[in-house]
Amino acid sequence: MGIWSFGVTVALIGMTGTMLVLWIISLLILLLKKIFPENAGGSKPSKG
Amino acid sequence: MDSAISAGTQGLLLGLSNLQLGQVALILLGSFLIYLGIKKGFEPLLLLPIGFGAILVNIPQAGLMDEGGFLRFFYEVGVLTEIFPILIFLGIGAMTDFQPLLENPKIILLGAAGQFGIFLTLLLALAVGFDKLDAVAISIIGACDGPTAIYVSSKYAPHLLGAVSVAAYSYMSLVPLIQPPIMRLLTTEREKRIVMGVEKRPVSKSTKILFPIVVTVAVSLLAPKGTPLIGMLMLGNLMRESGVVERLKHTSENEIANIVTLLLGLSIGATMEAEKFLRAETLIVLALGLVAIGLDTVMGVLFGKLMCLLTGGKINPLIGAAGISAFPMAARVAQTEGQRYNKKNYLLMHAMSANAGGQIGSIVAAAVMLSVLAGMGIV
Repeated sequence: MGIWSFGVTVALIGMTGTMLVLWIISLLILLLKKIFPENAGGSKPSKG
Repeated sequence: MDSAISAGTQGLLLGLSNLQLGQVALILLGSFLIYLGIKKGFEPLLLLPIGFGAILVNIPQAGLMDEGGFLRFFYEVGVLTEIFPILIFLGIGAMTDFQPLLENPKIILLGAAGQFGIFLTLLLALAVGFDKLDAVAISIIGACDGPTAIYVSSKYAPHLLGAVSVAAYSYMSLVPLIQPPIMRLLTTEREKRIVMGVEKRPVSKSTKILFPIVVTVAVSLLAPKGTPLIGMLMLGNLMRESGVVERLKHTSENEIANIVTLLLGLSIGATMEAEKFLRAETLIVLALGLVAIGLDTVMGVLFGKLMCLLTGGKINPLIGAAGISAFPMAARVAQTEGQRYNKKNYLLMHAMSANAGGQIGSIVAAAVMLSVLAGMGIV
C-alpha cells in the first residue's frame, strides 16, 4: 500500500471512527441516565 | 607503581576526557527542561525527572542505558512493556470526575473533533518523509495526552520516544499560549459572546458506576487495540465512583501515580542520548507536534461552530478548543477567553464537559488508529 493511500485511509477511518465511537458513548450515557434517573438511585424518604 | 598511578588517574578522568559536544548540549537541554519545570511550572512532575534522566544518560562512561544499567532496567521493564503509561491511566481515572460530561453527553463530540489534529498531522508527517509507523507515533502528539503518546511511540517507534514525549508534555503545558490566538481568529465577536446557561442535570450514582464499565466494553469492542488504556482509565474511575475501595483509589491516584510518574520521566529522559536525539528529525518531530495541537484546536473550534449553528446559537464555539485531552488546562483557557469578551459568561462547566470528552477522545482516537492499522496488517 502506498504512503498516500495509507495516510488518507487511516485519517478518514480514524476521524470517522473516533466521532462514531464517542457518539455511541454519548448515546449510552443518555440510555444510562434514562434507566437510572437521579431520583431512582437516591435515598428513600424516611418514614415518620 | 608509576604506571598504576597513571592508569588510576586516567580512570578518574575517563568521563571528562570522553565528554563530547553533543552530550554537553543534551546536559544543557536536560537542565533547561528542569528549569521549565521549576521556574515556569511547565508540567514539573514530568519535566523534572525527564530533564534529570537526560543529564544522567549523557554522562560519558556511566553506562546507565547499557546492558545492566539501572535506567535501561526501568526503560525495559516499564516503557518497552507499556506498563508505565497504562498504570498512569489508572491514576488518571481515579482522579477524574466525569460528572460534567455525564450531565451534558452531547458535548463529548467536541472531544472527538479535538483529536482530528492527530490524523491531519499523520498526513503531514508522511508528506515530510517519515515512514508509516514513525508518522503514527508523531501524529499521536496531537492527542495532547502524554501517556497515550508514550504508549503508542514506545510500541511502534521507540527511537522517537524521547522527542515525542518531550513534545507532548511541553506543548501540553503551553496550551494557554498555543490555543487563544487560534480561538480568536476562528470565531466572530457574536460567537465569542454567546452565553451558555448553567443547567444542573443531576446524575444518579448508578449511572456514575455503570459509566466506566459500559464505556470500557463499548470502546474495547469497537477498537480493541485501546483496551489497555481505556480499561485502566475506567477501572480507576470505577474505584472512584463506587466509593467502596477507598484504599485502592487512594493508592492509584497517589502512590502508584507518583512512583510511575517518577520512573516514567526518568526512563523517557534516558532515551535522550546525544547521538540518538541530536538529529534533524527531532526538530521536525517537535515542529509537527506543535502543528498537531494547533490543528486539534482548529478542528475543535470549527466543530464548535457547527454545533453552534445546529443548536441555533446555544453553544459557544470557544468550548470546542477544550476538546483536547489537556485537563483541566484547556477548559480554563476556554473560560478565560469567554470572559475576555463577556465578563458575565461562565463557560467553565461546559468546557470541562468538552475537556473530559477530550480525555476519553484521545484514547479512543489512538485506539481507533491502532485498530485500523491492525486491520491493515501494519501492526
